[in-house]
Amino acid sequence: MNSRKIELLVGVFVAFAIGAFFVLAFKVANAGFTGSGDTYTLYADFENIGGLRPRSPVKVGGVVVGRVAAIELDKQYYTPRVRLEISRQYDNFPETSSLVILTSGLLGEQYLGLQPGFIDDSVHLLQDGDLIEDTRSAMVLEELIGQFLFNRN
Amino acid sequence: MLLDRVQRLGATTLQSIAGLGKAALMLAGAVFGKPNVRKGLPLLIKQLYVVGVLSLLIILVSGLFIGMVLGLQGYTVLVKFGAEGMLGPLVALSLLRELGPVVTALLFAGRAGSALTAEIGLMKATEQLSSMEMMAVDPLRRIIAPRFWAGVISMPLLAIIFTAVGILGGHLVGVDWLGVDAGSYWSSMQANVDLHQDVFNGIIKSIVFAFVVMAIALHKGFDAVPTSEGIAKATTETVVTASLAVLAFDFVLTALMFGG
Repeated sequence: MNSRKIELLVGVFVAFAIGAFFVLAFKVANAGFTGSGDTYTLYADFENIGGLRPRSPVKVGGVVVGRVAAIELDKQYYTPRVRLEISRQYDNFPETSSLVILTSGLLGEQYLGLQPGFIDDSVHLLQDGDLIEDTRSAMVLEELIGQFLFNRN
Repeated sequence: MLLDRVQRLGATTLQSIAGLGKAALMLAGAVFGKPNVRKGLPLLIKQLYVVGVLSLLIILVSGLFIGMVLGLQGYTVLVKFGAEGMLGPLVALSLLRELGPVVTALLFAGRAGSALTAEIGLMKATEQLSSMEMMAVDPLRRIIAPRFWAGVISMPLLAIIFTAVGILGGHLVGVDWLGVDAGSYWSSMQANVDLHQDVFNGIIKSIVFAFVVMAIALHKGFDAVPTSEGIAKATTETVVTASLAVLAFDFVLTALMFGG
């Protein structure tokens, strides 16, 4: 076999591998929204975050606008503080917006629902580093069952 | 009696350390030797063809079948919980994180590693290596280095192809045969697979395995007893040692990457 044919086949092999990598990166891992550079940061305090995890999506009406970047405990108030990274594309949420922890399906994974609030002259838009004050905690199934059993007696 | 045993233990230890040292020296010679682009590149491409392109078929076929089996097995379990929508992440994560790099490395050790050991062992037995040295051609640079780099380059590429084909195989069984919704297969996969955490870590694993398998295969061949028996033994040892080393390294890497 001459070297031209070998080089050709090696080239096809490498091109094939690169193609497969792009399939993995964009079709499987969805590298389109990893959130590097084109995002801004918001904070929110919750009573209880339930099963929320870093990288959980933040949705507005079902559309993913950002992701949970980090979750840590506020040392002063012992409440979880969630750091959100929202796409720069969606930078017009008013400060009256509220965050709810929702569950997709009965036992599915949890995500943050962002509900845009009203806008008038005295309401500012959320900027990088702002805190969303109006939050509702996760529905923890065990607590609900506990309340239900407790209330029956 | 006891002293003899202790002495034997000491001898074995020294021998294995000497073997490791020899392997490290050989590897260092092959890896850090000054590369000669004009002469080295054609050799490298030839080896890429032998080691990489010719392994493509077995990788494609086994990737497809492993993906199909994952799709089938995953479906039968997930459908009990009404969670067929999670079939995509199941197939993708198991392939990206574990099966892609590991099975590729095992197949590669069997398909290419054993062939390299036998080839180099036979070169040694027929004194081709010594005659090269007589002609002032460094066999480390002429024989070992191109094979080593060809393996290190082609194994991650093969693992990527294996994974991609496996995910398509899972799609074939899960979506086209068993009727999982195609949209939820891909979208839940995209929601759960992370480019850095899963894709890049899988590739890193594969690169580490490539170094391990190639180092073992080439060292066993280079160090083989130059008889037909010795070559047979070296070839067997390559497959056994490389497979065990890949599995052991896989555990360590998994613990480092996903354990914490």
